[in-house]
Parts: sequence; structure tokens; C-alpha cells
Amino acid sequence: MNNEEEKTLKNNAFKVWAVFATSIGLVMLGILLVKIGMDGMHRLSLQFFTSLPSRRAEDAGIFTAWVGTLWIMGTTALIAIPIGIGAGIYLEEYSKKGWWSNFLEINISNLAGVPSIIYGLLGLEVFVRLLHMGESILAGSFTLALLILPIVIVSTRESIKAVPKTLREASYALGASKWQTISMQVLPAASGGVMTGIILALSRAIGETAPLIVVGALTYVPFTPKSVFDSFTVLPIQIFNWVSRPQAEFLVNAAAGIIVLVVITIVMNGSAVLLRNRWQKNVKW
Amino acid sequence: MAEKCEVVSQTGMEIAIIEKKMETRIEKQHRIIGAEFMPDENLSTKGNVMNKIETKNVQCWYGDFHVLRDVSISVEPNTVTALIGPSGCGKSTYLRVFNRMNDLIDGFKLEGDVLIDGKDIYDKNIRVNELRKNVGMVFQKPNPFPKSIFENVAYGLRVNGVTDKKLIADTVERSLKQAAVWNEVKDNLHKNALGLSGGQQQRLCIARAIAVQPSVILMDEATSALDPISTGKIEDLIADLKKDYTILIVTHNMQQALRVSDKTAFFFLGDMIEYNDTKEIFNNPQHEHTRNYVGGRFG
Repeated sequence: MNNEEEKTLKNNAFKVWAVFATSIGLVMLGILLVKIGMDGMHRLSLQFFTSLPSRRAEDAGIFTAWVGTLWIMGTTALIAIPIGIGAGIYLEEYSKKGWWSNFLEINISNLAGVPSIIYGLLGLEVFVRLLHMGESILAGSFTLALLILPIVIVSTRESIKAVPKTLREASYALGASKWQTISMQVLPAASGGVMTGIILALSRAIGETAPLIVVGALTYVPFTPKSVFDSFTVLPIQIFNWVSRPQAEFLVNAAAGIIVLVVITIVMNGSAVLLRNRWQKNVKW
Repeated sequence: MAEKCEVVSQTGMEIAIIEKKMETRIEKQHRIIGAEFMPDENLSTKGNVMNKIETKNVQCWYGDFHVLRDVSISVEPNTVTALIGPSGCGKSTYLRVFNRMNDLIDGFKLEGDVLIDGKDIYDKNIRVNELRKNVGMVFQKPNPFPKSIFENVAYGLRVNGVTDKKLIADTVERSLKQAAVWNEVKDNLHKNALGLSGGQQQRLCIARAIAVQPSVILMDEATSALDPISTGKIEDLIADLKKDYTILIVTHNMQQALRVSDKTAFFFLGDMIEYNDTKEIFNNPQHEHTRNYVGGRFG
């Protein structure tokens, strides 16, 4: 075998491996979707969305679960967005570059890798017990907000960093203050990236189960919450609940619940990608 | 009935008070635009007031790097001064001394006196935002905001507290006319400024700078990213703006310095080598470095 042939062979071998590696993920996702679809598709109906949990599988629905998910997501967003954006702005625009900012940066990246159950334990101790929030939406939302904060902070920083220096200089040169420059030029220019980060962070939070179980969402809740101080359940916990039942009919419900959750996640991630593409297209400094 | 009358007159008085308040607010806004640069009454005046700008023994550092050594220059009002020299000689740093743009860089340090209208602009009582309103700047690469043409010019007024719509509209029009770009953009004022050509963008940036009525304009290689025709338009504009403003330009284009400037300062490796009438610098340079540079032997 001469050198050229060997090169061609290696080239093709690597290409095959790359295609194979890519398709593993896609095939797995495909199998999951088909299996879940076959199991649960026929269960999706208006009744499924409007019914309370029930001992009889055919009567049970996800009404309390999706309303709870809505509450949790809304409250989590209200907590995480201002804090995350604020911290991102501070780290990128105000803090002096030095060992302290490096230290903070490493720690925030580390926080993004901490297992979510740890956040649950933290939430249980701090929010549920210490701050007496109880097993409420508020406690759950604070816990999830902590969980997604690193994502919001990092994406805010990245998009602020991408705003060219020349734009800031133009603003300062006209006598604008630092805050005017940030609020009227830098943030609007970075908004696409910030929004993308927020959506991706929330779409992670929507599927989280473990931390919410720890802060006490795994209770039978026969009503929808009226305020952030009420107890709650969310979609993934409802699914978890049904899966752990012995009766096969509940597995059908779980499959239908998974379809709903997957659709929500795909819609959120899809809109994040769309937003990012549009933002990148509009930016032509 | 009497009671009613009283109520009416009281409301009348309130309206009068509100009207007066509004009047003073609008007056104040006119003052913001028209204002002379008055940093602080009790700031002492140093140096020769006849000079618009004066620097005495200015030294600059970025961290440990000594970028400018002992630069002393005085600039008369309504003149164009060109700063020339090879890349890295400190001329841009020197230009950015006058609107304290270097302050944005970590580790920047300055010693010596920088006087505008006889006032030390590095005095701790100086409000930097006010200084920057008085000392406008045009950058190397056209950098309009990603907003409409109108909003680009109005931005400087808005951040300085002007809210009167009529005043803003009038100022935008006047500035665009003065920057010789009005005829090209007047029908598209609400289109995004990033859609303009490079030359138009740069003239828009000039309009944006003069909208807040500075008395000094700094241009940092403002034509280096433009084609010859746009460059010519901007050079004509500089000659025209000289009537109302004191202008400092940094340029790598010798011909440009010769065409537009009254005085020229030659910088070399952080030192100001020679400062004189432009014709003298080009026809009769006193230093060998200057002679080599303007003669095109290095640079």
C-alpha cells in the first residue's frame, strides 16, 4: 500500500466514524420519540390537559402539573433574569480584571456543573427551612433560579463581551455616563444573545425533577396553586409519579406527559436557535 | 358659588406654576446644547487663555509602558492641528488625552497639565461626561450606533438630558446639514444607519459629534477606512468646520496633513519631535527624523 492509498483509507475511515458517532445520538432520540409516541399519542386529548390527578388512570390528567410548571417557570424567570443579567453586567463591565474576577469566573463555571440534586438540598435547607418558605412554589423557584443562574450569567457575559469596543467609545465620546452607555447601547446590542441564554436556561429548568422532589414537590396536590406560597407539582414530577405506579395504564399517561414535555422543550430550544440566528444576521458592525 | 370660584382660581394657579416649570425646563435644555464649557466656577485658570488647548510636560503610561514623554503643545482656537508619525508613536494616545478616553483603559496614568480654555481637564473636580460633550470625537472606523440615522444624531442630546422633541429635530437637521450629509439621508432619517456607505457613515458620525455643540473636535484617522472621494468630502468638511471648532486630527496620510492642517506635530516613539506650521514641517523640517518621515523614507 503506498502513501496516497493509506491517506485515502484513513480519510474515509474517519469520515465513517464521524457519521456513525453523529447518528448514534439521532437514532437514540428517534427511537425514544417513536416509542413514546406509540405509547402515549392516543392518550393526548383535551380531557388529559384539563383533568386533575386521579386514582383511575383513564380519568387522570396533567392539569395541576402544567399549571404548576407555568407558575414555577414564571417565578423562576422573574428571580433568575434580573439577578443573572445584573451579575453578568457587573462581571463584564464593572469588576476590575484580576485574580478576584478570575476566581469568580471559575466558580461560576463550576456551579454550572454541580449536580442538580445538590441545589435541591441547598434549597431545602435555606429556602424551605431557614427562610420558612415551606414546600411552596417560591422555595422551588428560588432553588431552580440558583440552578440556572450560572447559565444566564455566562451567556449575558458572552453577549456583552461580543459588543464591540467602538460602540461603547462612541457613546462615551458624546458625554454618556457608564449606565447610559450600558442601558442604551450595550444591552440592546447584546439582547439577542442574552435572550437566547435565558430561553436555554429555562428549558433546562423545565425538565428538572430531582431538586424539586427534594424541596417537597412530590406530594399529592389535588388543586392548582393560587399564589407563590402554595404547594405545587410540575410535569416531570407528575411523569415520575405515574412511572412509579405498578398499573400499566399509568405508563400510558406518563408517555403522554413526556410528549407534552418534549414538545415544550423543542419549541423553547428551537426559538432560542431562531433568535440566535436572527441576532447574528443583524449584527454587522 | 364663591367656593367654586376659589377652586377654579387655585387650579389656574397650579397650571401657571406647571407652565413656568416647563418653561424653565425647556430653557435649561437649550442651555445644555448651547452651553459653554464651564466645569466649575472655582476652578483656577492656568496658562494662556488665548490658547484653546495647551499641554505642559504631558507624560502617559499604560501600566509600565511609557507611551508619551514630555509633550508640550499649544493650539489656537479655530485651527486644524495634525498629529503625524509612524504607528505606535503615541499620537492616538495623545489625541485621546483631550477627551479622557484613555481613562477607559486599565492601568492608564497621566502626568503634567492638560488645559482646555485654560482649565485643567484632569482636575478632580472635572465632570468627565461634561468634558466629553465639549470635546467631540470621530473614530478611525465609522461607528454609528445600530439605530436609525435620526437616533444616531439625537443620542448625544438625549444622554445630556434634552427631551424637547422640536429642539431635537431641529438640532438633528442642522447637524446633518453642517456635516454635509443631509441631502443624502433626509428622506431616510428613520432607516438604520448601518445601511449607509462608509463615507456617509463617517459624515453621520461627524454630525453626531457636532450635535452636542462641542468646541473641540478630535479625529482619529477619520478617513483611513474611506475611498478617495469620501476622503475628499471629509477634508472639505474639516476646512468648513474650522470656522466654528478647534480641530485635532491624527493621520497617516502626509498629503492630507498638508492639505487641511495649519500646524503639524511630529511624534516618534513617544516623543514629540517637532511642532510647527505645517508648511515649515513639510518644507523645512528641523530634525532628521521629521525629514525622513515626511520625505517618505520611513513610516
